[in-house]
Amino acid sequence: MSDQTLNPETMPEQPERATLEGKNKFLGFWFFLGGETVLFASLFGTYLALRNSTNDGPGAEELFGLELVFVMTMLLLTSSLTSVYAMYHMKNNSFGKMQLWLGITVLLGLGFLGCELYEFYHYIHGEGFTLRSSAFGSAFYTLVGFHGGHVTFGLLWIIALMVRNAKRGLNLYNAPKFYIASLYWHFIDVVWVFIFTVVYLMGVI
Amino acid sequence: MSTAVAQKKGFGAFIWDYLTTVDHKKIAHLYLVAGGLFFLVGGLEALLIRIQLIKPDNDFVSAGFYNELLTMHGTTMIFLAAMPLIFAIMNAVVPLQIGARDVAFPFLNSLGFWLFLFGGLILNCGWFLGGAPDAGWTAYAPLSTVSPGHGVDFYVLGLQISGAGTLIGGINFLVTIINMRAPGMTYMRMPLFTWTALVTSTLILFAFPALTVGLFLLMFDRLFGSGFFNASMGGNSVIWEHLFWIFGHPEVYILILPAFGVFSDVLSTFSKKRLFGYTAMVFATTLIGFLGFMVWAHHMFATGLGPAANSIFAIATMAIAVPTGIKIFNWLFTLWGGTITINSAMLWALGFIPSFTIGGTTGVMLAAAAADYQYHDTYFVVAHFHYVIVGGVVFGLFAAMHYWWPKMFGKVLNETLGQITFWTFFTGFHLTFFIQHFLGLMGMPRRYWTFLPGQHLETGNLVSSIGAFLMAIGAIVFVINVIYTSVKAPKVSGDPWDGRTLEWSIPSPPPHYNFKQTPLVRGLDPLWIEKMEGRKGITPAEPLDDIHMPNPSILPFIMSLGLFIAGFGFIYQVDNLSYLWLVILGMGITLGCMLTRSVKDDLGHHIHKEDLEKEGAEQ
Ligand code: HEM
Ligand SMILES: [Cu+2]
Repeated sequence: MSDQTLNPETMPEQPERATLEGKNKFLGFWFFLGGETVLFASLFGTYLALRNSTNDGPGAEELFGLELVFVMTMLLLTSSLTSVYAMYHMKNNSFGKMQLWLGITVLLGLGFLGCELYEFYHYIHGEGFTLRSSAFGSAFYTLVGFHGGHVTFGLLWIIALMVRNAKRGLNLYNAPKFYIASLYWHFIDVVWVFIFTVVYLMGVI
Repeated sequence: MSTAVAQKKGFGAFIWDYLTTVDHKKIAHLYLVAGGLFFLVGGLEALLIRIQLIKPDNDFVSAGFYNELLTMHGTTMIFLAAMPLIFAIMNAVVPLQIGARDVAFPFLNSLGFWLFLFGGLILNCGWFLGGAPDAGWTAYAPLSTVSPGHGVDFYVLGLQISGAGTLIGGINFLVTIINMRAPGMTYMRMPLFTWTALVTSTLILFAFPALTVGLFLLMFDRLFGSGFFNASMGGNSVIWEHLFWIFGHPEVYILILPAFGVFSDVLSTFSKKRLFGYTAMVFATTLIGFLGFMVWAHHMFATGLGPAANSIFAIATMAIAVPTGIKIFNWLFTLWGGTITINSAMLWALGFIPSFTIGGTTGVMLAAAAADYQYHDTYFVVAHFHYVIVGGVVFGLFAAMHYWWPKMFGKVLNETLGQITFWTFFTGFHLTFFIQHFLGLMGMPRRYWTFLPGQHLETGNLVSSIGAFLMAIGAIVFVINVIYTSVKAPKVSGDPWDGRTLEWSIPSPPPHYNFKQTPLVRGLDPLWIEKMEGRKGITPAEPLDDIHMPNPSILPFIMSLGLFIAGFGFIYQVDNLSYLWLVILGMGITLGCMLTRSVKDDLGHHIHKEDLEKEGAEQ
């Protein structure tokens, strides 16, 4: 693959799928997300089975408040939107704007993560509610923690891509990389919508 | 660059070549050797089990050691022998059958292998570090959560790491088959082995994450004090059973479908006919794959899910016998009226049909939930699953090795030794397992360390143990055959069987770019079509041009090594928190490699047209 083919004069309409490597990455990543769906489905199933097994410890109703979680949901939903803007600018080949919107995405993601850490800290030190409190505690921290781990990984990934390509701009080699990172980000967002509903809303109502 | 490495002949260069290779054909060799070694280890464990059970009240091994042997035999055979051997065949054959030069993700292909290998090593480290896993290959909680020592921790971490490798391998083959087919290779022209590889990869993708989660929960319970399966904390051990079998039942189809594909290709080649009912075969394969996800609770009939759940799962399970039956009849009709050649590969295929049919029949018996209360956890179940797994999967692997050995190594396996292997193994197999049906019906429970005298179980167990030794002899003869063939046998042409599919249109072993010119596929059995029209080879789809190839890399190896190190950290941090440093070190290595991979461009290299023309002149 030569430099010319990767840096064409005009970017094709779908730079993420213009090369065979790009097409493979695109499809492979969708499949990966399929596997991730089963992973989270299994975690949700486990959580649903154990959500009332509080072992006389604190349960969902006592613990959860919706204010912070609402803020977190807004942060993450907005970050999904900003990553859509980033991809829009990628397709228009305006690299600077793409980086800008990705940067905003990262900031929103960091905000989300900060809130989550604060929430966990509060449960553990304020309420004495931990992974070892009860089966409910185990299921809660595992499900929400897996999601948090995904957010962390996604942030590191997007930051690495932004730093690596800051100087050289967009080409057909890195366009698929940006694209699948944003796909991953959307996926994390969708999972959060389910966590918000199943864990928090169903927990307090 | 890789050609330069290949030309240096030294041993160090040879090892380095394999450590860094991203060539699917060499990765196939790696899977074959590693899977073959684990197969021998698992076989040895089986022999020790059968020696223990050769007579009543035996104390050849201790009860605790017996549990370890039994657990490791099952775990090794499924995860470290059958799976990698299937990946070996898929790697060796699928890209060639679809006319591709490599897989979609050569780097991930290599990563998948090294993850599997290091996971397998962790699993077996238990033997030397205070005791192997001993809670059965199904690791039911709470037995597995309270099993003392680190045995089950090795199971958890080992399977977690090798499972990640399998998942990566599955995604790789999915994308390869969907995106990398040669021009004209439509879905309904794909050889059946490729079809089964596609469906198996889909099953891997959707089944393995359930195991991943199950293993995480087990790990957290054992190592971090969570309470998923701990009733005193409100936990529920049935969750493990569900997660395990949501993975576990699709897993048995992951194993058997590629074997079905092998038999389809072998039977059609050696009957000199196109596969009978090709469309129905494809349909049956996908239907089996689909239904495979709806039947997991047939392993839990005795758990107490209630009559409604049991009935639904019983009926769904019996339904799978329908597409399976379709396949059996199509194989028979492929033979019907064919010009049949009987050689080693064909013998395995012919031996498979009745053996597997017996296993399928006992499967339907087990699926009758009410009756399963009697069969469950007896030797009847052991007989059932060995009939399908040995009579299906292992026979399939033997058939595949005899059939594709010339393609992989350029030499045909010795026919006499091949037939000796088949007849000893085949006889030994039926001796070992047929009688276990009756032992089970007479009430002998599975997984017990000894049995009592005077309960009419002596003869059956003795016969079974004798059969096991015959199977061992068969396996040893196969190893001798491999050595003999690589030393003595002459090189053969690219098409020793008068084949029908694309892999037989190129030299054996294939050059590392596989196809000098991408082939043009004009129908099912493309090579046969060309032969019928009097041409010698496949019509190319493109003029000779530069070929783009991926670069080798050591990163997959180091990445997997990192997880191996971290695995030990996780296991031992319960004893001493300073082991967390190992976790940090190992994860650091792995994440560092991932970062390197992400930021360092890897554009591959080109083989130039002029060099290809030169090579063509030499051949
Ligand atoms: C017609 C198709 C089949 C049916 C109806 C069927 C049905 C069953 C049922 C009901 C059980 C549970 C028995 C019990 O524990 O009480 C079982 C166990 C098992 N089957 Fe099958 N089966 C079929 C094909 C296969 C195939 C193709 C494989 C593998 C290649 C397989 C591998 C196993 C294994 C490994 C177990 C035992 C698992 C364990 O408890 O350790 N089966 N089968
Ligand atoms: Cu099953």
